[in-house]
Amino acid sequence: MNVKQLKTTEQKRPEGCLDVTRVREDFPVLCQTVHGKPLVYLDNAATAQKPRAVIRRVAEYYETENSNIHRGVHWLSETATRAYEGTRTAVRQFLNAAEEREIVFVRGTTEAINLVARCYGGARLQAGDEVVISAMEHHSNIVPWQLICQEKGAVLRVIPVDDHGDIVMDEYHRLLGPRTRMVALPHVSNALGTVNPIKQMIADAHGAGVPVLVDGAQGVPHTRVDVQDLDCDFYAFSSHKLYGPTGVGVLYGKASLLEEMPPYQGGGDMILSVSFEETEYNVLPYKFEAGTPNIAGVIGLGAAVEYINALGIEAVASHEDRVVAYAAERLASVPGVRLVGTPGRRASLVSFVLGDVHAHDIGTILDQEGIAVRTGHHCAMPVMERFGVPATVRASFACYNVEAEVDALADGLEKAWRLFRGV
Amino acid sequence: MSDLRDLYQELILDHNRRPRNFGPLAEANRSAKGINPLCGDKVTVHLQVEDGQVKDIRFEGTGCAISIASASVMTESLKRQTREDAVSLFERFHRMVAPADGVESDPPDMGKLAAFAGVRDYPARVKCATLAWHALRAALDGKEKAVSTE
Repeated sequence: MNVKQLKTTEQKRPEGCLDVTRVREDFPVLCQTVHGKPLVYLDNAATAQKPRAVIRRVAEYYETENSNIHRGVHWLSETATRAYEGTRTAVRQFLNAAEEREIVFVRGTTEAINLVARCYGGARLQAGDEVVISAMEHHSNIVPWQLICQEKGAVLRVIPVDDHGDIVMDEYHRLLGPRTRMVALPHVSNALGTVNPIKQMIADAHGAGVPVLVDGAQGVPHTRVDVQDLDCDFYAFSSHKLYGPTGVGVLYGKASLLEEMPPYQGGGDMILSVSFEETEYNVLPYKFEAGTPNIAGVIGLGAAVEYINALGIEAVASHEDRVVAYAAERLASVPGVRLVGTPGRRASLVSFVLGDVHAHDIGTILDQEGIAVRTGHHCAMPVMERFGVPATVRASFACYNVEAEVDALADGLEKAWRLFRGV
Repeated sequence: MSDLRDLYQELILDHNRRPRNFGPLAEANRSAKGINPLCGDKVTVHLQVEDGQVKDIRFEGTGCAISIASASVMTESLKRQTREDAVSLFERFHRMVAPADGVESDPPDMGKLAAFAGVRDYPARVKCATLAWHALRAALDGKEKAVSTE
């Protein structure tokens, strides 16, 4: 396969479909070879590549607008502040949040979850209370809850996952009890690709009077998220998986909940007045944005949201759904391949093992073919334990991936299988 | 680009399929576990050391072909070696797979271990090849806690 073939294999596009040939041209990193082969980047669940628009916007900020925000009365500071707050507006619209003050900029999904565990959990949890998570969490939606539960003497409850990689809903309903204070769930599993029925699960939790945090790291890039329609209480995601810069994330929280939470960190920007006796905290969202933030990163995220809006998230989602469905079918037919996770609804990725060949050996062999995949436990060791594998290979897709890249992956796997089978 | 066959030599594939000296060691007086937190590979090395000599050695664990084969060949190479010989071999092996300052060298008397020379062209895999060796070193030093490649 070469880049030229990638272009010629594209067929006539129906209306509303993604022009993937043009999309690929927006991503400079894709136009290179690795070990003499065209780069096939299938590690998007780890981080997505950046379109030129994002890269240029960050450079433009440093070249023409660089200054601190919310401080200076000078022109540069006002310009940077406007751009930074412009991203908040764009994110609010993107998530359909009711108010801009419900959008808090953090370092990433991990920090967003830590913030909620610490500030909401820390203030609410008491000994014997329960926090419910699922058996398919990323470590960053386990450990923050573990930490706060240990501190408060609260109990972490885990909803089991069935052999397909779907949440067992009956067990979930059973776990929602009088001591449940919080439910934290992944929108899309980073290790299995499962799309969870979060709208229903949120309604169920609310029926028991329990708020819900959604780990949307793998959700936002692949599906339309409407936080008001979902009625989630918190929604966390990372910029870098949405084609934006690293080091920036978003915590959406309902204003009523954010209002009652204590600050996360103390410092500049999160105060109204400080004396040695007392500090008056700033209003939302600044109460949670202590210190000089990643200004360039936030502005870059704004450019990424603009880019996605121009493509249309629905068009991106339907393109990806087609590629990932093809991948699940094509890979299942490769000798030795066993899919790990065959959920009812899948998004963005396929996780699998190849006979008893270790995932790292496969990763090295695929790398020699120019194919980048993730191999290992995907920061989801309990998922590996549940499915009885030490590690999996994960191919994850983005708006620029095409079926020909799935074919290249399948060929690489056949090569690995031949090598290890000695045929 | 180096050929994959340089990395996955027949000897390595064979030791991965049928690891030698694999399992617990009843007479062990020293054991140490090596963990690669990046990939979750775990190798425990059991030693029976008497009068400064490795009388017996076995290993257990899970890992990729490189780490399992490396552990397997290591156990074969170390039986009846003195403690000093074992440490010296560790150092030569390490120099072979991770050349200092990028200067490649093929240390003498490596025997079957020479099959792992190809690992140096795959820097991401050096930790796999040295995992069991780090556990060996910890066992020889009598360390109780698991050693990490990080």
